[in-house]
Amino acid sequence: MMALRGFRDPELASSISKRIWDKVLRPIKIMEVCGTHTMSIARFGIRDLLPPSLTLISGPGCPVCVTSQGDIEAYIGIGSASDNTVLVTFGDMMRVPARGTSLQKERAKGKDIRVVYSPMEALEMAEREPEKRFVFMGIGFETTAPAVAFSIMEAKRRGIGNYMVYSSHKLVPPALLAILSSPDLSIDGFILPGHVSTIIGSDPYGFIPEEYGRAAVIAGFEPVDILMSIEMILDQINSGDRKVEIQYKRVVRPDGNRKAREIMYEVFEVGDASWRGFGVIPRSGLFIKESYSDFDASKAFALSRTEDPPEPKGCSCGDVLRGLILPYECKLFGKACKPESPVGPCMVSSEGSCAAYYKYRVWRE
Amino acid sequence: MEGVRDELVLLAHGGGGKLMRRLIEEVFLEELGGSDLNDSSILDLDGVSGKLAFTTDAFVVDPIFFPGGDIGKLAICGTVNDLAAVGARPLWFSASFIVEEGMRISDLAAIASSMAAVTREVGAKVVAGDTKVVPRGKGGELFISVSGIGVVESEIPISGAGAKVGDLILINGPIGEHGIAVMLARENMGFISEVVSDCAPLWGMVRELIRSGCEVHAMRDPTRGGVAAALNEIAEQSGVCIEIYEGEIPIRPEVLGACELLGIDPLEVANEGKMLVFVPERDLPIALDHIPGGRAIGRVIDGPPGRVYLKTAIGARRIVEMPVGEILPRIC
Amino acid sequence: MCLGIPMRVVDVSGEEVVLEQGGMRIRARTDLIEDPISVGDYLLVHAGFAIQKVDEGEALETLAMLEEMLGTL
Repeated sequence: MMALRGFRDPELASSISKRIWDKVLRPIKIMEVCGTHTMSIARFGIRDLLPPSLTLISGPGCPVCVTSQGDIEAYIGIGSASDNTVLVTFGDMMRVPARGTSLQKERAKGKDIRVVYSPMEALEMAEREPEKRFVFMGIGFETTAPAVAFSIMEAKRRGIGNYMVYSSHKLVPPALLAILSSPDLSIDGFILPGHVSTIIGSDPYGFIPEEYGRAAVIAGFEPVDILMSIEMILDQINSGDRKVEIQYKRVVRPDGNRKAREIMYEVFEVGDASWRGFGVIPRSGLFIKESYSDFDASKAFALSRTEDPPEPKGCSCGDVLRGLILPYECKLFGKACKPESPVGPCMVSSEGSCAAYYKYRVWRE
Repeated sequence: MEGVRDELVLLAHGGGGKLMRRLIEEVFLEELGGSDLNDSSILDLDGVSGKLAFTTDAFVVDPIFFPGGDIGKLAICGTVNDLAAVGARPLWFSASFIVEEGMRISDLAAIASSMAAVTREVGAKVVAGDTKVVPRGKGGELFISVSGIGVVESEIPISGAGAKVGDLILINGPIGEHGIAVMLARENMGFISEVVSDCAPLWGMVRELIRSGCEVHAMRDPTRGGVAAALNEIAEQSGVCIEIYEGEIPIRPEVLGACELLGIDPLEVANEGKMLVFVPERDLPIALDHIPGGRAIGRVIDGPPGRVYLKTAIGARRIVEMPVGEILPRIC
Repeated sequence: MCLGIPMRVVDVSGEEVVLEQGGMRIRARTDLIEDPISVGDYLLVHAGFAIQKVDEGEALETLAMLEEMLGTL
């Protein structure tokens, strides 16, 4: 599709940024919610094109960053349950630190931990190796949960009894609500996650302009998408007309993807969930329903989700995730906490605000 | 008649006795040449004058056969390229094999044959070797360690410390092929297309470049850690600042697509047939004439020493950091 | 929070498609897509699943609108 190249066009990007400079009439703070947006912004150097009075802060849309330590420890505990249990995960989770260990460290100790790109790969492994138990770590938001839900439905349909999922899936709108409910925040607008919105559409974000009077634009991930969305947010702020707009029209429909949601809610139900850095957010997590409990790893291994230990001393991930501070404002940033030795989840390499900031060195030098 | 190649490797093959001798003679010596089974090889330095270069590397790639090559070809190419990077002609290699019990001897022979082919191509010889067998489960099927001796043929010393402000940075072809090829061969992940490793010996190209009279200030082959690692190393060693341009960096669309789908930075992916070459601007035409597929991707600029910048596709600037550890596919 | 790229459908067989982008091909599942899928369609792929059809018309319209606004035509 030749059209898509246009979303990376340098002239278009440059033209939009010039307009942005003209539209920033006072200090503005915009939160980009999604980890993939954080990475895109850093990768293309978008901050380089923006006026200094426009601050982009990163939000909690990084499943790796917000998966609770309790969940990670429970998951690692599953792997210790017996010799024939195989842990399967997305690559994102391998380096996340949890109380002195990580999946990567556990693999080095000899546990069978495998990385996949799709939950269906985990299902295929389970079918091929019936003598082992396969437990897939379900992380990710509404973009990923339908795929994982489908893998569970397939497991049931094909009678693959040795495939299970430990669900740590979370929902985005409740986290945004938690952020907006925080008194010490001055976010003017939100760059909303483009792919989550492919599934949930634009309706669930209505409270952002309606109840909290902030601008909101659902953005794509190419540089032109992001710059265009920033301009749309500025237009909303300057005109006073705040609403939820879709910039990413080529894949986000107002009513999202109904079929994907149906599949997601066929397998999962909503419950309170613990977010690393936030604590418990009501009705923000997805848990496997009773009807699929045979495939629920937390039931099979009789786990109670353990209480979250406090973050290591000095770690400010919670404040970073809530947009209260920028990564380089954390005392440990770049010193004790670096990608090769991450203290908190935000610094795990290739993931999270702190890693993106560090990796692309986005602070004024 | 049954040959040793139809069999599997046994622990006894590493035992130093008849079985091992048979393995060495019928596989290694047969493929890699040579007939002496002495404790050490005597090297004749007749006709070799000047400085010697010496390098060593271990190879543990998984899988051991991948599109575009195998662990043996990789081992020799890697050694040749490390020597070439300092302007040295490869002369003699040693090869140590750590074989896992149960490996097919025919596979071992195929790998030895690959190694022989590249060795012949560059006009070098394998003059020493060793074989050990480890019990099943204690090795990754095959590990190879290669050491190489070469003679420096460039008049001006070439190293990572010679880059100067104003130098242009060239590369001889598209990036990211080896790392992605191996990852897809290992992990599958539903990918169908074959990305082929660029594994190749670069002495021929470097020799022509040196002989052309082109002034080469620095070279490095961007293997593990990719172009990002190699440039950061040179920036640090030479105490200079580097800027590269995303629009100029050659990359095949299928490699870029795989990287985007998996959330991998192509600058951090290993290459095994590429060389970064730093030349003064006035030598750009002669350099391009002698580097097939060559392209200027950046330059050494005035700036904080050790820093590497990338001018992105949309004209903004960001820093290219030294990569950290394992490349893992992401969904986020 | 989600890496996904648009890819073109080159083969459909049941709930599986073969997708192509710049010479790279992958297999993906279409169980999450309601609309019928044909060869030549563009799909957004994430974690081995197509999660939505890409509307080329919308893409072109957005770009055209931008270029007109910014006078870079």
